[in-house]
Amino acid sequence: MSKVIKIKKGLDIHLKGRAEKVLVDLGISANYAVKPTDFEGLTPKLMVKAGHEVKIGTPLFYDKYKPEILFTSPVSGTVSEINRGERRRILEVIIKADEKSEYEAFTKANPKDLQKDEIKENILKSGLWPAIRQRPYAIIANPSDTPISIFISGFDSAPLAPDYEFALNDDMNDFQTGVDALKKITDGNVNLILHQELNAGGLFKSVKNVEFHEFSGPHPASTIGVQINNIKALNKGEIVWYVNPIDVAKIGKLFNEGIFDSTKIIALTGSEVKMPQYFKITDGADLLSIVRDNVKSGDVRYISGNVLTGEKLEKTNFLSYYDYQLTIIPEGNQPEFLGWGTPGFGKFSMTRTFFSWLNPKKEMTLDSNLHGGERPFVVTGEFEKVFPMDIYPMQLLKAIIIEDIDLMEQLGIYEVAEEDFALCEVINTSKIEIQKLVRQGINVMIKEFS
Amino acid sequence: MKALRNYIDKIKPNFEKGGKLEKWQSVFDSFETFLYVLGDTAPKKGAHIRDAIDMKRVMSVVVIALVPALLFGMWNVGEFHFLSLGEDASFMEKFGHGFIRVIPLVLVSYIAGLGTEFVFVYIKGHEIEEGFLVSGLLIPLILPVDVPLWMVALATIFAVIFGKEVFGGTGMNIVNPALLTRAFLFFAYPSKMSGDTIWVSGLSGGEGVVDGFSGATPLASAAAGAMDKLPSTMDMFMGYLPGSIGETSVLAILIGAAILLFTGVGSWKIMLSVFAGGFAMALILNVFAADTNPYMALPAYQHLLLGGFAFGAVFMATDPVTGAQTETGKWIYGFLIGFIAIIVRVVNPAYPEGVMMAILLMNVFAPLIDHYVIQSNIKKRLKRAKA
Repeated sequence: MSKVIKIKKGLDIHLKGRAEKVLVDLGISANYAVKPTDFEGLTPKLMVKAGHEVKIGTPLFYDKYKPEILFTSPVSGTVSEINRGERRRILEVIIKADEKSEYEAFTKANPKDLQKDEIKENILKSGLWPAIRQRPYAIIANPSDTPISIFISGFDSAPLAPDYEFALNDDMNDFQTGVDALKKITDGNVNLILHQELNAGGLFKSVKNVEFHEFSGPHPASTIGVQINNIKALNKGEIVWYVNPIDVAKIGKLFNEGIFDSTKIIALTGSEVKMPQYFKITDGADLLSIVRDNVKSGDVRYISGNVLTGEKLEKTNFLSYYDYQLTIIPEGNQPEFLGWGTPGFGKFSMTRTFFSWLNPKKEMTLDSNLHGGERPFVVTGEFEKVFPMDIYPMQLLKAIIIEDIDLMEQLGIYEVAEEDFALCEVINTSKIEIQKLVRQGINVMIKEFS
Repeated sequence: MKALRNYIDKIKPNFEKGGKLEKWQSVFDSFETFLYVLGDTAPKKGAHIRDAIDMKRVMSVVVIALVPALLFGMWNVGEFHFLSLGEDASFMEKFGHGFIRVIPLVLVSYIAGLGTEFVFVYIKGHEIEEGFLVSGLLIPLILPVDVPLWMVALATIFAVIFGKEVFGGTGMNIVNPALLTRAFLFFAYPSKMSGDTIWVSGLSGGEGVVDGFSGATPLASAAAGAMDKLPSTMDMFMGYLPGSIGETSVLAILIGAAILLFTGVGSWKIMLSVFAGGFAMALILNVFAADTNPYMALPAYQHLLLGGFAFGAVFMATDPVTGAQTETGKWIYGFLIGFIAIIVRVVNPAYPEGVMMAILLMNVFAPLIDHYVIQSNIKKRLKRAKA
């Protein structure tokens, strides 16, 4: 393994409710959903109607502009409902699961014996393609591109994130096959990124056909933008693809067994969970079927994903496609008298303006309160403490605000996505919605070049 | 407390859209958010936990950091008042005199400034921005004690409107509003802002002075070549000399600096580089010092202890809005402030003190410094793409 890349700028937020390494298989529940809204910039075209019988791997809809990208059913059963929002935008395709668990059949072969196009076609047909995303823009990869390399991060450094070594412990054979398949569809390397402490178990050490890179240090060490930027920064025109390791194993299973494996292992975490632990679920499960009564009383917020980048959902909603974690924290909707003037022994802050600095390692219970009103940018230098990339974060954000396309390009918009800025949003004194802003900037660029 | 919350919740609908006082919503919001950190929660998508810090917290930390300088300033005003009269007085008498002289300045600055801010809150329909909480205390601390109150009010209103609000409010201003207030007074009413009689309470009013007492600041003495009139290094450090209310005691300022640096609110890069720049320029002057200008031979470390140098470095140069915003830029920005301050001080006979000028000048140049720092990042990116 080459030299360790040390991330110095960053922040690990210690929260209560880390998942205990116990796995519970939840089996099949009543309803599942595939949500086109999970995929940034997607315009879906439906292929089924309510009442259609589907199997695991039957396509439900496709991308209007890249029709070869299919989105398939995670369960076998009947399409029960298509939920639409404003202007008839499709929000959810809901499938009522049956007991049979029938699979569509896909090509079963060693990827080493297949051509590049055969591999792509198999992944596309199975519905696993959306798991492959690209930088720039953090959107689903375009199948007609060839990336300069593919990144797989073997760890997630976000608060309470799942341990991939635990989740993938029994799937390393599939993971290797997945790597072999990915290796065939890039001209460059498949980069497997490991973390000195978070990958101490050494599960990924024996993987072949990859280029290893080792990182150390706090979050955002696991965001793909930070990893790419610290290994070899992305230039204009270059494309890198990235895949979550759990999805790599699913791609492997597709080639090993010829089926679309729609199960995944997720971590149920957060201070408001009674027993935080790991669950084996099926893609698109509703939160209630995962949480059941494993939640403390009170006003709580369900987050599909982690507290930095996740999406707030109702408990009757369905887990999002790219999330391997469900977090429950208290809602912070109570006003606090002179809250800005209290000593703040239990308050979280990166600065030492609250007395919580006396106890920095303490696991905290944090709620969703904003702790202040939105202001223009005033404090400088705070982003730089949690943004380990060779980019000027505040200047880039200002370029996005004024929609200066040239300036955004010059300041590195291609190298970033929302998740890279998540910590900036957390610690921002001016309470600006930074991740939303970054996505706006990216969408302006996509529109400009489409 | 519950009653207060209930009362606010009761009157709140009047200020919301459609209510009979809806035009006053932003003013109401300003008061409500002062009393309460609201129960507003993070949006649906994005970061769900947030740092407890907000603008009010940042500003109150700076205000706390200013308190040692304020308290020392009050005592020092009394000390020199009784010294000029040649009377003995107890600690409490001195402090009491200073308190009575300084508090009106503080009040006038806050009332004039916040009053103006609230007019803009009403006009803009956006709740108050907290920047003036600090400016309001900085203003009296950088003024001579005998300045007339109406001038302070006028200058403050001028600075808030033309220094800040015309640019869009806190976060958008180009120069430091507190320094603009001082600059306005300095150029509009020079007789009240310089000379040997304004720095000691009562002196400009013609109260009796004992023989041998001079109200001149050490910098004025030095500029006049009267090097023998300078106080000892220890007195310079402790602040036992006439000057603007808050600027004299380096010790009190350093306590404030420690608070700013420990909490992470102030930039150590700017503070350090201002001192480094001043020290460097003073050393250069030392090398070229001739008998004709004994001021140039003033030891470099004494330069850093005198006048508004320390106060400017710790509380003025570090203003994040008007200073350089890139980390590399902060080094350059701070260094040039220190450097230019000493040049103005020693080389230009018209201005006994150069810190205000240096900071205002560099406020204007800070965006240019940032521009070049950012250009180097842009060039690096372009070069990387070509390679």
